[in-house]
Amino acid sequence: MSNSPSDPALAPELVEGPGTDPLRPSDHADGTREITQPQLGFVGWLRWGWRQLTSMRTALVLLLLLAIAAIPGSIFPQRTADPNGVIDFQTKNPDLYPVLNGMQLFDVYSSAWFSAIYILLFISLIGCVLPRTKHHFKALKARPPRTPARLSRLDDHAETLRPVAEGTDAGASAAHIVDVAQAQLRKAGYRVERYDTAAVGGRPAVASVSAERGYARETGNLVFHAALVGVLISVGVGGGLTYTGQTVIVEGDSFVNSLGLGYTSFNPGRFVDSEALPPYSLTLDSFDVSYVPVGESGQGMAGDFSANLTTREPGQDAKEQSVRVNHPLDMAGDRIYLMGNGYAPTITVRNPDGDVVFREDVEFLPQDANMTSQGVVKITDGLSDQLGLVGFFYPTAMTLHSGALTSAYPALVSPLLTFWVYAGDLGIADGTARNVYALDPSEMTLLAGSTSDVAALQLEPGQTVDLPNDMGTITFEDNTANGGAETVKRYVSLSIHRDVGAPFVLAFAVIALLGLLAALFVPRRRLWVKAVPADAGVRIEYAGLARGEDPAIAVAVADLQRGLETALDGEKA
Amino acid sequence: MPEAEFSLDSVSVLLVWTAIAIYALAFVAYAVDLARRSDLAVKAKDAAPVRELVAAGGSTISRVRAQEDAALAAVEARPGARPRYIWARIGTSLTVLGFLFHVGADITRGIAAGRVPWSNMYEFALTGTMLIIAVYLFVLLKYDLRFLGTFITGLVTVLLGATAIWFYTIVVPLSDPLKSVWLVIHVFVASLATALFALAFALSVTQLLQARRERLAVAADEASTTGDEVAVAGAGAAGAAGAAGKTGKTGPRFLRTLPSSDALESLAYRFAIIGFIFWTFTLIAGSIWANDAWGRYWGFDTKEVWTFVIWVLYAGYIHARATRGWRGTRSAWLSIVGFAAVMFNFTIVNMFFKGLHVYSGLS
Repeated sequence: MSNSPSDPALAPELVEGPGTDPLRPSDHADGTREITQPQLGFVGWLRWGWRQLTSMRTALVLLLLLAIAAIPGSIFPQRTADPNGVIDFQTKNPDLYPVLNGMQLFDVYSSAWFSAIYILLFISLIGCVLPRTKHHFKALKARPPRTPARLSRLDDHAETLRPVAEGTDAGASAAHIVDVAQAQLRKAGYRVERYDTAAVGGRPAVASVSAERGYARETGNLVFHAALVGVLISVGVGGGLTYTGQTVIVEGDSFVNSLGLGYTSFNPGRFVDSEALPPYSLTLDSFDVSYVPVGESGQGMAGDFSANLTTREPGQDAKEQSVRVNHPLDMAGDRIYLMGNGYAPTITVRNPDGDVVFREDVEFLPQDANMTSQGVVKITDGLSDQLGLVGFFYPTAMTLHSGALTSAYPALVSPLLTFWVYAGDLGIADGTARNVYALDPSEMTLLAGSTSDVAALQLEPGQTVDLPNDMGTITFEDNTANGGAETVKRYVSLSIHRDVGAPFVLAFAVIALLGLLAALFVPRRRLWVKAVPADAGVRIEYAGLARGEDPAIAVAVADLQRGLETALDGEKA
Repeated sequence: MPEAEFSLDSVSVLLVWTAIAIYALAFVAYAVDLARRSDLAVKAKDAAPVRELVAAGGSTISRVRAQEDAALAAVEARPGARPRYIWARIGTSLTVLGFLFHVGADITRGIAAGRVPWSNMYEFALTGTMLIIAVYLFVLLKYDLRFLGTFITGLVTVLLGATAIWFYTIVVPLSDPLKSVWLVIHVFVASLATALFALAFALSVTQLLQARRERLAVAADEASTTGDEVAVAGAGAAGAAGAAGKTGKTGPRFLRTLPSSDALESLAYRFAIIGFIFWTFTLIAGSIWANDAWGRYWGFDTKEVWTFVIWVLYAGYIHARATRGWRGTRSAWLSIVGFAAVMFNFTIVNMFFKGLHVYSGLS
């Protein structure tokens, strides 16, 4: 079993060992020797199970299983990546959904079966890497192995006969040749060891050097696998300390980093203290965007998004910074990402007496590339009835042949706002949480727009129109009148992340890549040079043995021979 | 200057079609080469002194081995010392010519767009296929892999043709998430990895063919020794030839000019591990980019899932080479499945799967 390089057996790697041996280099081809199993007790079975789990074959099967198990996550929508897709799937396939949901096919990467595969894989990996590390540690301290008796039996070998000058001692000459070879090998980065044998009986004295290089191959292999464990731990631990939150800021408004104040949604990891978020605030001064002009290819395409913020941290001066796509803002350890943008028309509603009962920047959600947007206004108090308005906003309004309105361009060329008006019960009196972007009209009466006889309300910036049934008036404020740059305010949606694990994941991934490079490309090989006094001089034998994948072993032996002979010829001259 | 851009882009399209036509011709030349190689191989066999065959043991497998050793020496020979397959030379010359047009098409597209020409499905396919040819031609400097010429030019002709017909999109400005240095690095390295995996795939396929031929040769020998005991050593060559004739086909005849399945496997492995390194890098670079653009380094987006699946498949391939019972044919199948996944990822996933990597520019 033992296959340590210090093994006195000659060229032990020529003897194939059992396949479950974890001490082999990764690219070692296993032999086919049969193992006869003894009777196993409980501990024996445990050990057998452990051997099976940590065997290369099991690791391979687990790897392939992992590849197959990952695929469903790309076929079915996943809750983490595409929650709306899951809801959509549920609506469209009400019968299939519970079955697939029971199989955790909408949470593949946190499912029991996927977790089982990768946890087993990592146990197998650790079980394989630990003993190999121990073995490699020993190998690093060991001397290169004894020179095999018959170098000519190795695949890559060469032999030359070198005449010695008259009167020179062939034995001393042989030792000198090996001295030169030893120096060359050492210079080439090999670890070297002399194995000279004195003349015994009829046999002449033999000088030989054994050289080994490429320990970095196994080091790299171990580092790679250990770094993968590091990646997994960083992801796991980091996930517990990570939080992500979303917020929306309208131009001129501020966000305060505190749960309950600023966030529209917040997803903390298991160990996050939501009460102790770093204190800072963000004010959206302006939002820049450019659109490809009409007539050019990609007309209306938006780009160069930039949310220009004033950021404030305790004890520091306010700073003007911007968040752009690909360029998140670092803020007290958080990273702030620009996720979306839209228009937020300022709406004022007055009762018949002219008192303001509602005045807000209402965020409208974009529905298409030309920023046709939809928003909802809910007026709970101050009017004769609760009022629900479903609005459409067209930054560049245009009438289709069908008579329907659409937006032809995303910029504010001819902005138009339309409202359907519902009156009745908004359904918020009982305290149930309601989506601010959606209206449930089931308890309400349609007063204008849609299927009603009354046309939908239409407003341009600065315009005021009457609400149906003399309920009051509604105004679409012109923002330029209040010193704004554009007629309609814009808003941005920001995503705020803290991911303490990410830098560690990156570091381990880079270490893994470096380890992989060493493990795949550093050749591990042994070379031998032996000099034996012969009839007409000294017979020099060269041989090389690749340990693992090494396409250049033959070249290495040829180079060794050429290098040594050039050096010896140089000495002679 | 939208008009000038349009005309430059149409030059690019013209160059693409020229390249496709030349690659198609190269494919024909390479195909003729494979057919003629078989004849050459037969003639060489006839010309070989019977003595040699007897000395080689006379069995079918030893004859196969001798052919394979000669083929391996030819594959590893320096460019000047290679067998003079005239049709392969024509094929390679045409491939180089087609490649020049292809590079021209890629560069003009890049200039027309004013950025790197790999930011939508059309451009990515254009550059990716160009890199497949580039890697193939580069590898030819070291190894004589012209026997893969039919595969490489065939693959590129089909991919590039499909690209020009179905994926063409006019030049539009980059969307914001693509405005990143990682577009240059991440996508380019992914294309390089794809090219290397393509070569490894082709070698694995020939490895399977050659392994089958070797198996049949061994079977033929066993049949001739057990079934035909009267065959004496002197008549061994004739007996083996007869046995091979009796057992029927051992695969395409050009296999006689190809190295052993072991040598092909080792070559495939060399390309696959370089591809694997590039793929690992692609994965890491993509994560860094995703962390900047989307706010998380990994989110199991469909494209991420498939990149991961491919990575795991090739990791499995590398492990299979070190696992008893998996070296050889089984690991070759893993390489083939791996490349199938790469192609699936590039075509089907890009076009039909929903996800964040929605940059195909197709609607």
